[in-house]
Amino acid sequence: MLRTILSRLLQTVVVVFLLVTFTFFAIHAMPGDPFADAKATSPEEKAALEAYYGLDKPLPVQYFNWWKNVITNNDFGDSIAMKGRKVSTLISESFPVSLKLGLLSLVMGISLGIPLGIIAALYHNQMLDYLAMIIAMAGICVVAFVLGPIFQINIAKPLTSLNVAGWDRPADIILPAITLCFGVAAYLARLTRGGMLDVLSQDYIRSARAKGVPPLKIITRHALRPALMPAVTFLGPAFAAIITGSFVVENIFLVPGMGQHFVLGVTSKDYNLVLGLVLFYGILMGIANLLSDLVLIFMDPKLRTS
Amino acid sequence: MGHISVVRIIGFIVFGLSFLLTSCRRQSNIEEANDAGILIIGNSNEPKGLDPHLVSGVLESNIIRALFEGLCVEDPAIDGKALPGVAMKWTPNKEFTEWTFDLNPEAKWSDGEDVTAHDFVFSYKRMLSPDPNWPAQYSEMLYFLKNAQEYNKGKITDFAQVGAKAVDKHTLLLTLRGPIPYLPELTKHYTWYPVPEHIVLKHGKINTAFSSQWTRPGNLVSNGPFQLKTWTTNHKIEVERNPHYWDAETVSLNGIRYLPVKNYYTETRMYGDEQLHLTYTVPSELIPFAKENYGSQLRQENYVGVRFLRVNTLREPFTNPKVRRAFALAIDQQAICEKILQGGQKPASGIVPPFGEYKPPAIIQFDPVKAKELLAESGYESTSAFPDITILTTDSETGRREAEALQAMWKEHLGINVRIIQREWTTYLQKQYDADYDLCAGGWIGDYLDPTTFLEMWITDGGNNNTGWGSETFEEYLHEAENTADVSQRMATLAKAEETLLDDTPVLPIYWYTTTYLIRPEVKNWHPLLLNNHPFKFVKIEKD
Repeated sequence: MLRTILSRLLQTVVVVFLLVTFTFFAIHAMPGDPFADAKATSPEEKAALEAYYGLDKPLPVQYFNWWKNVITNNDFGDSIAMKGRKVSTLISESFPVSLKLGLLSLVMGISLGIPLGIIAALYHNQMLDYLAMIIAMAGICVVAFVLGPIFQINIAKPLTSLNVAGWDRPADIILPAITLCFGVAAYLARLTRGGMLDVLSQDYIRSARAKGVPPLKIITRHALRPALMPAVTFLGPAFAAIITGSFVVENIFLVPGMGQHFVLGVTSKDYNLVLGLVLFYGILMGIANLLSDLVLIFMDPKLRTS
Repeated sequence: MGHISVVRIIGFIVFGLSFLLTSCRRQSNIEEANDAGILIIGNSNEPKGLDPHLVSGVLESNIIRALFEGLCVEDPAIDGKALPGVAMKWTPNKEFTEWTFDLNPEAKWSDGEDVTAHDFVFSYKRMLSPDPNWPAQYSEMLYFLKNAQEYNKGKITDFAQVGAKAVDKHTLLLTLRGPIPYLPELTKHYTWYPVPEHIVLKHGKINTAFSSQWTRPGNLVSNGPFQLKTWTTNHKIEVERNPHYWDAETVSLNGIRYLPVKNYYTETRMYGDEQLHLTYTVPSELIPFAKENYGSQLRQENYVGVRFLRVNTLREPFTNPKVRRAFALAIDQQAICEKILQGGQKPASGIVPPFGEYKPPAIIQFDPVKAKELLAESGYESTSAFPDITILTTDSETGRREAEALQAMWKEHLGINVRIIQREWTTYLQKQYDADYDLCAGGWIGDYLDPTTFLEMWITDGGNNNTGWGSETFEEYLHEAENTADVSQRMATLAKAEETLLDDTPVLPIYWYTTTYLIRPEVKNWHPLLLNNHPFKFVKIEKD
């Protein structure tokens, strides 16, 4: 068990290192100048700015310096676009927001998606199955930038108790969370349905039915745990993705989360910000995957021995 | 079995949501803010910073104008009128080359310290720091001061030679490079604002740029009607009354909340949901909707800014002025304003928008017949003989629509095919500065109410010229105007300069900007201003 964890951790370190390395050279290969502004910058000023951010050095040196700064100073450097602010400050300001929103929408997604998948499997090829799968398909197809405005216009506007956008009142989290949860719920419903159908056709379920075990007990005691394995596998990366924010949802609902830093960091060529975020996201992803593996081991005794 | 659990879960969710909804709020954000005397503004994006010397954007200036105050202050209703700010009164010499500003002894920083003439001298010295590590893009705004450019470029090292002197604690003497009758107008711009010497030096050296923490909440000390209360990235900036402000009696608002609403569709929806007093803009698609639903709350006002295309005059076929002019005359500006923008924009007959006493030469007007004639005279045998032409624009939706309209117009009126190149913002800018384009969409917003703010950028090799164009005649006119104290004579000379520019057509004017925004009826003392620099100290919230 401990060996599994250690080896997974080691793999994570290697993957994150490769991820950051690739990102570093990819963003520096992008066209565009981080210091270009609507008003002209003189060559001297540009040179000074490049020197200040260390961008005047050869790429391998910059790469090495970046790691050195991360490892020796625990520092991701200064944001290039939002001058005077540290990347670590930007992350520590925005991550709690995204974490809160992500966790809520994850819980909502799970409580919507898994029951939907179970219902669909139980009523296989019947009306309820089709209905559940239509909902799931819609959840995958109708993206947030369509769903968000629909909610703003049709729910927030008529309801005086909900704001269209913002992040000041406790209720402000509701609409972004609902918008985000649909995607998760949709995938979970499909995965749970598939897993459930698989399990329900197994011999041991038939034996349980033949022995006269009540149907509800068959689901909860015998079928659910193995049926949820695919969903749990999906939840690991989904967890890491959802708690690091979504550009679209933050943009529509004015949420001060982390997702917009990813996109704006890339478009404004804020190398330090992008690298800091990728490192942070990579580590989170590694941890989330490890956790979902551990849950799987806990759920399936066969995995424990192998 | 399945039914029961589903019903239970749905019931639980409905209960939970209704509990949350009913328990949270009674009043709308606007009602709450009206009671508290807070103005809520959509401000389009997260500011890049709040150091008056290091920013150059409109949204930053909206915040800085509330926090800081210059020698003179914008009148809330009259363009080009200067009200006393830190300066109680100002007197120029006969030639308008030397100005004495008497500072208000009551003017205080928000920590209670006096605002002195030394603060101004310190600020100008800071703005003009010759150190290459000092990245103030806007330092040329101070080049009106004698020897300012020389000091900034390192040609002289003694700041005492620059035309800014503190005669005593409350007297500031400014000596200019030439006669500048509109100096009070300039001092309203944030580049001329004072920064607190004692605070700046506490957090770094005079020219410590971005690493200085003096503008962070808790550190920032300002001299305007408001002081910084909170600043959270991508969330909000709040300012509150500055208790030490000399004219605190006039200030009506208790505070302003700036929201960085990047999504303008969301912004319009927030306005409709009583979350904002004032929007930054209204997307052109929503203007008909806003007209219908909000009536007079939708404002469309003139704004000193111009939209144009830069022409790369070093590349074929635009080395030929006749081709440039033909392209300019083939643009149906009216159609772009009415069909695409719908914001009340006006076709631009030149580069300087109409304002004040300036009489712009109306040279560029849609004239497809003349355009064809010019093209025929240009020496190209047929339109197919033209090299491949591209137009560079940003990746924005309006940028694309504008470029497509232009493409269709040139095809229709000149028979020339133009290819559109869209690039995201930083790449687009880099290509513009590197002059790596044939035609490049762009715009310019005036910093102050004088034609020079639109003309000086076109001097040979000017940082924002980027067209490869230059003209000695043009620069001679600018130089002549610079040394003319008589206002109407000066304006006539500047008009000649613009005429020279337009005759050569290194830029193709498209339209003059307007501002389009929504404003709630309870916001008072918010009048149309050409520079859109509304002074917040006069703004009131009053229910009818």
